[in-house]
Amino acid sequence: MIDRHPWLDALAHAVLIAGILIVAFPVYVAVIASTHGPNDFMSGLVPLLPGSDAIANYSSMLTDGLSSSGAPPLGGMLWNSLVMALSIAFGKIAISILSAYAIVYFRFPFRAVAFWMIFVTLMLPVEVRIVPTFKVVADLGLLDSYAGLTIPLIASATATFLFRQFFLTVPEELMEAARIDGAGPLKFFRDILLPLSRTNIAALFVILFIYGWNQYLWPMMITTTSSHYTIVMGIKRMSDVADALPQWNVVMTTVVLAMLPPVIVVVGMQRLFVKGLIETEK
Amino acid sequence: MQTKRTVFGNRLLPYAFLLPQLAVTVIFFLWPATQAVIQSFQREDAFGLSTTWVGLANYADLLHEPTYLNSLKVTAIFAPAVTLLSVGLGLVFAVSLDRLVRGSRVYAALLVWPYAVAPAVAGIMWWFLFNPTIGLLPYLLAAVGYRWDHSLQPTDAMILVVIAASWKQVSYNFLFFMAGLQAIPKSMIEAAAIDGAGPVKRFFTIVFPLLSPTTFFLAVINLVYAMFDTFPVIHATTGGNPAQSTNILVYKVFVDGFIGLNLGSSAAQSVVLMAIVVTLTVIQFKWVERKVTY
Repeated sequence: MIDRHPWLDALAHAVLIAGILIVAFPVYVAVIASTHGPNDFMSGLVPLLPGSDAIANYSSMLTDGLSSSGAPPLGGMLWNSLVMALSIAFGKIAISILSAYAIVYFRFPFRAVAFWMIFVTLMLPVEVRIVPTFKVVADLGLLDSYAGLTIPLIASATATFLFRQFFLTVPEELMEAARIDGAGPLKFFRDILLPLSRTNIAALFVILFIYGWNQYLWPMMITTTSSHYTIVMGIKRMSDVADALPQWNVVMTTVVLAMLPPVIVVVGMQRLFVKGLIETEK
Repeated sequence: MQTKRTVFGNRLLPYAFLLPQLAVTVIFFLWPATQAVIQSFQREDAFGLSTTWVGLANYADLLHEPTYLNSLKVTAIFAPAVTLLSVGLGLVFAVSLDRLVRGSRVYAALLVWPYAVAPAVAGIMWWFLFNPTIGLLPYLLAAVGYRWDHSLQPTDAMILVVIAASWKQVSYNFLFFMAGLQAIPKSMIEAAAIDGAGPVKRFFTIVFPLLSPTTFFLAVINLVYAMFDTFPVIHATTGGNPAQSTNILVYKVFVDGFIGLNLGSSAAQSVVLMAIVVTLTVIQFKWVERKVTY
C-alpha cells in the first residue's frame, strides 16, 4: 500500500460486502424456497427463513419428478446433464488438441485453409444458425440421442487456439531431441506433448464442463422425449405449467440442483478455472 | 502462419489428426451456415411444397417489418445496458479489491462463482424475486409506491432481463479487471503518489487509461454475450413480451424459424446476425493484435 486512507479501505470493504450480498441474494432466496411446502407461495411474500420440507422436496424431485407438468425424475436429468457436459468437455479437448498438433508440428498443403475453417466456427454461435443445424441433425437421425446432444457442439476454435498458442511456446529442442532419439510423431505426442499440456487440459476442462452443463437451447431442440432432458432445460418445463401458478418450491429445488455441480467445479478448482477463463478468451 | 523450425515429415498423419475437427466443423457449422445463406434468398409457399428464388426480398422485407425494427431497437437498448451494468460493476469490485491486502482471496472466491450458473437458471431466479404477486422486490417497491409488473409493463420487463443477464457476467468482468490491474506496474502508481496525486486522481489519470485495453476487450465480449448468449434468459422469463418489448434479435430468429416457420425471413435474420458476430470478432482480433505490438 502506497499511502494510507482508512476511509477508502473501509469503503472498499463495504462495496465488496454489498457486492457479495447482492450476488448471493437470488441464490439464497432460491435455496430457502426449496425448503418450503407448496402452500407457502400462494399469497403474501416469499419466505425468507428456512422451512421444514427440504428433505421431502429434494427426495421426491430426485426420484419421482413432477407428474403434473410431465417432468421426469431429476435424477435422470442430472445424469443426462453429466453425460452431456463430460462428453462435450472430453470431446472438445480430444479433437482440438489433435488438430492443434497437426497445425503446429506438420507442414502440409491446405494447412492455412484448415486453420481458417476452424477459425470461422468461432464466429457462428449455435443460436444464429439454429434452424439449418437442427435440420442437419434431424436428417442424420440424431434427434433424442446423446450423440445429437453432444457432437454438434464439440467443434471448438477456442480450444484449438489455446493448444496452438501453448504448442508454439514449447521449446524446439524438445522435439529435436526426441527425433534424434528416434521418437516418431505419435510417440512424441503421447510421451512429451501430452504430459506437458496437463495443466492446460485441466483448465480447459473446467471451462468446457460449465459450457456443456449450461446448454439450454440445443438440448431443448434436440430432445423430444423426456428420457434425454437435461436439467437446465428441464426447469423451464416445470415453471411453465399450463393455467396454473408454478410450484415454486419444486422449481427452486430444481434450480438449486441444476447450479450445484458447476458451482462446485468452479469453487473447487478455482485456480484452474481462472487460468482457463483468461487464457481461452485471448 | 507460425510453425516449428523442424516439423515431422509424415504426409497422411496431419490430415488424420485434423479429420475429426474438420468433419464436425463442416457438417455442423459450415454446411448449416451455407444453408442459412441460401434460404435467405428463397421463399417457401404456405404449404412448404415449392420454393422460389426471391433475391434480396427477404432482406428488404425485414426493413419494412415493424416487429423486426422493434427487435433491433430492443437489442440496441438491451445489449449496451447489460454491457454497461456488468462491466461497470466488475470494474468497481476489482478496483475495491485491489486496494485491500487482507481478505482479498476470500472476497474474490465469493464473487466469481456466479459465472458457473446457467443463464436460464439466473433468469428463473430473478423472475422469482421479481414475481409481481409474491416476489420480494415488488413488495419492497410497493413500499415506496411503485407497482411492479413485468408481465404488463415493458420497462419493468426490460429491467428484469437486463439485471438477470448482467448478474452472472459481473464475475467474469471482475476476473479480467483483476488480471488487468495486477499487470499495472506498481512503480508507476508510486511515482504518482510521490508527486502528490491522491487515490482518485491516480485512478483517473493512470489506472483507468492503462486498463483501457481490458475495458475495450470486455466491452466487445459482453456485447457478444448480451446479443447471443442471453437467449435462455429471455426464453425462461419474459418470452420476448410484453408487447415484444424484450424480443431481442436472437430470440426473434428462433421464434420466426421454429414457431412461425417463416424460414426465409428467419434465415435472412440469421445472416444479419452472423454478419454482426463476424464484425465484432474482427474488431476484437484487430485490437488484440494492436495490444500485442506495444
